[in-house]
Amino acid sequence: MKKRYLLPALIILSVISLFVGVSSISPMDLLDVQSDETQIFLISRLPRLVAILLAGAGMSIAGLIMQQLSRNKFVSPTTAGTLDATRLGILVSMLLFANASMLEKMAVAFLFALAGTFLFMQILDRIKFKDAIFIPLVGLMFGNILTSLTTFFAYRADVIQNMAAWLQGDFSTIMKGRYELLYISVPILIIAYLYANRFTVAGMGEDFSKNLGLAYRKIVNIGLILVALITATVVLTVGIIPFLGLIIPNIISIFKGDHLQKTLPHTAFLGAIFLLVCDILGRLIIYPYEISISLMVGVIGSGIFLYLLFRGRAANA
Amino acid sequence: MIQVLSLSKFYGKKAVVEDVSVTIQPRKITSFIGPNGAGKSTLLSMVSRLLDADTGEVLMDKTDVRKMKSNDFAKRVSILKQSNYMNVRLTIRELVSFGRFPYSKGRLTEEDERIVNQSLEYMHLTDMQDRYLDELSGGQRQRAFIAMVIAQDTEYILLDEPLNNLDMKHSVQIMKILRRLVDELGKTVVIVLHDINFASVYSDWIVAMKDGRVVKDGPTEEIIQSDALKEIYDMDIPIQEMGSCRICVYFNS
Repeated sequence: MKKRYLLPALIILSVISLFVGVSSISPMDLLDVQSDETQIFLISRLPRLVAILLAGAGMSIAGLIMQQLSRNKFVSPTTAGTLDATRLGILVSMLLFANASMLEKMAVAFLFALAGTFLFMQILDRIKFKDAIFIPLVGLMFGNILTSLTTFFAYRADVIQNMAAWLQGDFSTIMKGRYELLYISVPILIIAYLYANRFTVAGMGEDFSKNLGLAYRKIVNIGLILVALITATVVLTVGIIPFLGLIIPNIISIFKGDHLQKTLPHTAFLGAIFLLVCDILGRLIIYPYEISISLMVGVIGSGIFLYLLFRGRAANA
Repeated sequence: MIQVLSLSKFYGKKAVVEDVSVTIQPRKITSFIGPNGAGKSTLLSMVSRLLDADTGEVLMDKTDVRKMKSNDFAKRVSILKQSNYMNVRLTIRELVSFGRFPYSKGRLTEEDERIVNQSLEYMHLTDMQDRYLDELSGGQRQRAFIAMVIAQDTEYILLDEPLNNLDMKHSVQIMKILRRLVDELGKTVVIVLHDINFASVYSDWIVAMKDGRVVKDGPTEEIIQSDALKEIYDMDIPIQEMGSCRICVYFNS
């Protein structure tokens, strides 16, 4: 898992992604700025690629921060209710402000994501029985309660159909003008990198952090805010991408350890690569139709998740 | 010098530590001993600011420790607590480097690297510095944490039951290291110990606690006496002199 393998893989896959699709575009077509091919390239293909890269890196980093701060390898936006809280936030913004702009929706979704994640961390603090598998189960239950709330109110308000757009992650709807919110994750990733050392120390526990003079609570709160921001932007633009924040940090941890300053770039790269692969496969398997990204990631990701679970069990036994 | 002045901690109405005043002797090993639930660990946590005291204060060189900045405090006092679940995958060197965190916030200078190397050398960990903590034995891991504390370079080193889960060989190894930290590097070491014979053989000063109060406080020779031990543990414990060691034979009393 060296960076010198990850970076070329990322570049090659990016190029492939740009030239796979219903209308065939060849690099030569791009020489003509006025051609339809160039327009499709700029309006659809390029935004799609950027969205995949940012969402993949973002969700992986969000998972990495959550795992570090909760000191549990199975905690991630998927297994801690963050995604479900975000969705509830989007519903609330749709019901309360009928013509909410993207930024308003974003703000409400962010607040819900933050509140949901924070609540989960509070629950975590109160659980005495800190079994590695038990905690994500609690998170999944917590998330399902939030989702049932969302479904109930969406049903009452007759917006189930609208919500469905956010139930499933989908890159086929990404076009110029509909994904730019994702750029918020660029400064967030930079901040995450600047705080990497502090997150690593915080991941060693409250007493350990205090011994080194670190303001533990403050760092945890900053981490949760970053996670909520990333999750809210990704869910709003792309939709829910399950498992990504769970499996990518775990794979990197096995090979590179948990020193965030060293593993953060790898996690971001691998997240983007994994999402690119899933997206390209999803576009090719039933060509010219598409399999949605959340289905692709769900199938491949849950397989890897199960493998990690059994591997963890074997290592503990 | 650290002075503890009438410190108390309550959980609900129950006092875990009640009106405790002790002075930590500089450049010595002080052991906190006493039965389970005597409040030794709670006292240590309050001295190191991990826990807030309900009443009383802890003075370091006449300054209330609560008024000190966290970062400055971390350069003067380090505390190692027994963590029950350490599943973070860091290498020994990465862990020891975090000892320099109060100084450099993770951006290690050449000076920091030099101190990290020295600490690893001092704990004989140089050869295995790139191994992950979760692959080490209990004794090796404990040594790695002590190396981190050495890199933190504090005058005071506080340890909460550092011998827990260690076998005899590693326990002796750790205690000898603590002795060297005091004798060679001039550190002040405070430890919570369960095994009274380790306290007797290795410490200069003993603070004995019972039911949240200090019952005995004095040089080791004064505390390791049958009548004093009777007061602390409610047991008749004969003392045997073996060479320069005073051994408490509590097994059949």
